[in-house]
Amino acid sequence: MAVALILVLVVLGSILFHILSPWWWTPIASNWNYIDHTLVITFWITGAVFTAVVLFMAFCVFRFRHRKGAKAAYQPENKRLEWWLTVVTAVGVAAMLAPGLYVWAQFITVPEDASEVEVVGQQWQWSYRLPGEDGRFGRADNRLVTFENPLGLDPEDPAGQDDIIIEAADLHLPVDRPVKMLLRSIDVLHDFYVPEFRAKMDMVPGMVTYFWFTPTRTGTFEVLCAELCGTGHGYMRGTVVVDTQEDFEGWLAGQSTFAQLLAPTRLGAAGP
Amino acid sequence: MVDATPRSHRDVPPAEVPEVELYHPRSWWTTYVFSQDAKVIAIQYAGTAIAIGLVALVLSWLMRLQLGFPGTFDFITPEAYYQFITMHGMIMVIYLLTAIFLGGFGNYLIPLMVGARDMVFPYVNMLSYWVYLLAVVVLAASFFAPGGPTGAGWTLYPPQAILSGTPGGNDWGIILMLVSLILFIIGFTMGGLNYVITVIQGRTRGMTLMRMPLTVWGIFTATVMALFAFPALFVACVMMLFDRLLGTSFFMPALVEMGELLRYGGGSPILFQHLFWFFGHPEVYIVALPAFGIVSDLISTHARKNIFGYRMMVWAIVIIGALSFVVWAHHMYVSGMHPWFGFFFATTTLIIAVPTAIKVYNWVLTLWRGDIHLTLPMLFALAFIVTFVNGGLTGLFLGNVVVDVPLSDTMFVVAHFHMVMGVAPILVIFGAIYHWYPKITGRMLDERMGQFHFWVTFIGAYAIFFPMHYVGLVGVPRRYPEIGAEAFMTAPVGGLNAFISVAAFVVGFAQMVFLFNLLWSLRHGREAGSNPWRATTLEWQTPTTPPPHGNWGEERPLVYRWAYDYSVPGAPQDFIAQNDPWPDRPARRP
Repeated sequence: MAVALILVLVVLGSILFHILSPWWWTPIASNWNYIDHTLVITFWITGAVFTAVVLFMAFCVFRFRHRKGAKAAYQPENKRLEWWLTVVTAVGVAAMLAPGLYVWAQFITVPEDASEVEVVGQQWQWSYRLPGEDGRFGRADNRLVTFENPLGLDPEDPAGQDDIIIEAADLHLPVDRPVKMLLRSIDVLHDFYVPEFRAKMDMVPGMVTYFWFTPTRTGTFEVLCAELCGTGHGYMRGTVVVDTQEDFEGWLAGQSTFAQLLAPTRLGAAGP
Repeated sequence: MVDATPRSHRDVPPAEVPEVELYHPRSWWTTYVFSQDAKVIAIQYAGTAIAIGLVALVLSWLMRLQLGFPGTFDFITPEAYYQFITMHGMIMVIYLLTAIFLGGFGNYLIPLMVGARDMVFPYVNMLSYWVYLLAVVVLAASFFAPGGPTGAGWTLYPPQAILSGTPGGNDWGIILMLVSLILFIIGFTMGGLNYVITVIQGRTRGMTLMRMPLTVWGIFTATVMALFAFPALFVACVMMLFDRLLGTSFFMPALVEMGELLRYGGGSPILFQHLFWFFGHPEVYIVALPAFGIVSDLISTHARKNIFGYRMMVWAIVIIGALSFVVWAHHMYVSGMHPWFGFFFATTTLIIAVPTAIKVYNWVLTLWRGDIHLTLPMLFALAFIVTFVNGGLTGLFLGNVVVDVPLSDTMFVVAHFHMVMGVAPILVIFGAIYHWYPKITGRMLDERMGQFHFWVTFIGAYAIFFPMHYVGLVGVPRRYPEIGAEAFMTAPVGGLNAFISVAAFVVGFAQMVFLFNLLWSLRHGREAGSNPWRATTLEWQTPTTPPPHGNWGEERPLVYRWAYDYSVPGAPQDFIAQNDPWPDRPARRP
């Protein structure tokens, strides 16, 4: 009796915690509200299954607990019932998988008009690069990283000269414009994670990974690292500011290009 | 002599092995220390696993001290915190769970349940334990090595695992970890071959595969899987050891560490992840399948009812085992691997939910119209179902690729895998110990201490891990030694973290009561007799309890029926042992 009651209380407690808890995901600031919808569908289906299974169990414990002289039924199997349960489960699983895959197809299909931004992770800070006026990134390689060239751009590549370098400072993005984030790492794995954007992806040295999203509201958002990257992992923070188009352009005008960053060094080298 | 072999088994040659004098132990050393008796090896395995598991428990307390009360304890630096989580995770998954299910329960139960005298290769079986012990010693040694143990996270992802920004990365920590894993796999392989071949070759007459208890099916399938999965970890460890010691670049691309270009180049960090998870995902089921099997037998025995849908249960175990080899990259949805993999691995991952759900249905349907004795093993089995269903269902969030994207690498993942492969299997381990302790020692465990242990562990563990999902939903990443009230949080998580920590201390304390009970009942427990649960399976039918070396005395048992003849209509008792010829003819059921 007590056992059945406690099982019921576990279910009720879980449901109440879910409903009353102030802990929930942060309001979204990107186009990925489909992800939130799929999550909610999943919560409903799984919540219903959990409740049904545990309540059924509680009922069995209450109704069929040992009494003197009681005897269990003898029923090795029930093909019909087993097939029914299999089919119903398969349908429930499909109901979660189908929207999931549909949204995943969108998630990995970058729109044609997306602008590109590069994020570079290193222990334990975030840097960024924008393609500059030519709209193209210059070549980059970890082997070229130096103190003056922290992102490892190829100084010989003309496409890289106008690239905008933002070293260990805030990134600004224009609102309502799709953006493809190209992710690169100088040293170990990192993961560019802004909770409000929902999207995230590991950054892997030696390759360029990506995800895309469209910021849907202006504001200042915190960047966290979501892949263990050494002792500073928990403190590897950055800031993304989503601006109106005008504010974004104003900010952009104040940034330095790769050529400008290298210029003082070149002058110094040419001097007497 | 009467030929008692059922007609359908006339073609089975008499498998009776005469007692071999040579093979019996002759001294104290060969009886209790360098023993070749699977039952002694089982106790050695379980004892070692529990001992190192206690270290993992203390580590979990230390990390909960930090998470619940950040900034209070100066000795818990970020370095120390990462060492705690890494060692806690690795110990729990490999050195406790894998070792106790396969080395512990596998060794004790397989020969007894299939009616064998011992494992087929007793000497190799003994070596298996000693190599395992060596692996544990090497692992424990890393606590005392310069630089301390590795803090690379239990997944040991390169490049950071072997670089200086990670504790133990350029010291002894990572080396000892990799060597210990290599030793563990060598030791496991020796044991694993034994378990598999004993099931295939060592069964007694009449014990067909489809009459085996689900416990044996679970351990057998898990062992076959482990024999396929561990080699992937083995090569990953060897290659990483080469990268660390010889300067090869299997997993290391060109990279700049703290301003210095290292002499690596051309390797792939993602290759390591594929190898690791090709092992790592089957590993989840290597732990889960024995638990599935054992819990099926606990429920059936203590509900006095045959397991519902036995054949479906066997096939579900086998199908889950096979499918678990094609789902590994669901741990890597945001790793940067080719995005098209997402479609394939999300589909296979959600398909695996179907046979798993069937198992859950069959457990609860076994309770339906049963005669449920709320003994301690039954209570643990019920608690297993609650936590396993809970943790399994959150797996549907994480397996469904696009839903995983926001949740991946958050505390939601930590809560999920603790519920499903931490709490749930450990509840089964407890249930199994309460169930088989009388056979192992001849005495019952104390009921009152057991009740205290059960309720605190079940409710406490649920109170730890259920709310933890919501810490992850808020957006808190895993592997953060502290996090303040950040702007993105809908509510600060500090209070919730403190609550979880307090619950963790209480649950940990309850385990001390359990350990005390294990020792206390050895001497003071109620006499159990040979079959206190009135169970059908062969281990309860041994002529002596605890069973001696060789298990069966003069003659091995002859099996007439499946393992689940409980409450058979017309039978004199509510169970018919597998070696009971009642009613003097083969049973109708398989």
